[in-house]
Amino acid sequence: MTVGDALPELCVEVTPTTVVLGALASRDWRPMHHDYKFATERNGVADIFLNTPNQAAWFERYVTDWSGQRSRPGRMKFRMKTSVFPGDTMVFSAVVTDVGTDEVGQGWVSLDVTLTVAAVGDTPDRIASTCEVRIAVPSTDSDNPWSRSGDQWIP
Amino acid sequence: MSTDVTDLPEQVTSMIGVSQYSQTASFDVERSYAYNTLAATQNANPLYWDDAVSAELTGGVIMPPTTLSLWMRPHYWEPGAEGEQVALQVHFDMKALFGLPEAVMTDNTIIFHEPVRPGDRISNSQILRSVSGPKTTKLGTGRFWVIDVEFRNQKDQVVGVESYTGFGYIRSGATS
Repeated sequence: MTVGDALPELCVEVTPTTVVLGALASRDWRPMHHDYKFATERNGVADIFLNTPNQAAWFERYVTDWSGQRSRPGRMKFRMKTSVFPGDTMVFSAVVTDVGTDEVGQGWVSLDVTLTVAAVGDTPDRIASTCEVRIAVPSTDSDNPWSRSGDQWIP
Repeated sequence: MSTDVTDLPEQVTSMIGVSQYSQTASFDVERSYAYNTLAATQNANPLYWDDAVSAELTGGVIMPPTTLSLWMRPHYWEPGAEGEQVALQVHFDMKALFGLPEAVMTDNTIIFHEPVRPGDRISNSQILRSVSGPKTTKLGTGRFWVIDVEFRNQKDQVVGVESYTGFGYIRSGATS
């Protein structure tokens, strides 16, 4: 993998179940993630929407689909610009922004991930979230980032 | 995030940088609950589905790293509890102190340390880092605030650190 590499896109149709399942899976009981009237009348948004921890889980799934089971997430930082609603199609894409090795010999890859909601009719694509991910990857066939602990793990 | 602390009440400025709400989860980390996140995101990573893989790579079952915060989220109801049980109390304190009835999260940073394993009992504490001056967005007028949360296991190892940016607001045309 080298800087500039693009990851394969992942497209996901969002349904009310996607939103509610994700919220309850993260033990997020706040009503804007399952109660349409609360979301629209109180929050003033178009519908119930994907919650924050579930977006994090989608970013993890997307990146580790590509990097594999031996890779180990170090950190992620994301900004939610607009909400993701039922009826949206999420399109995850990413590009490698950095490849390197830290002071203890751990290999790292940095990625810029974009979560775009696909266009529908006259409504254009919109970037819902952007996410910077730093993930540890094996330096050799026998390397295992998960074996690192304490001062040997610098996420 | 730009800040304007000159208009912040003393009650708020005194909270900035102070660790609050240190607490320990009322339940153990549980593998079966993590399957809900894996199912919700259609995550087929063998590390979480194949015990031979997790044994080889991580010395046993671990939880998906991004499930970090769920192990500290309270039950919706439990005996003796009154009112809504919330996970990030400082966020709700800010809403109340500024009279901002609505709120959303805009940014989230998660740093992953020691893996979380079944049977762990997680603790955390919250630190208000900053509060902005009044801001107007398409949602309404309010303030942004940043809250850090550190998570530890029962061995006092750091398992992760999160930072949330919340925006509390009054919708345009609404009164508090």
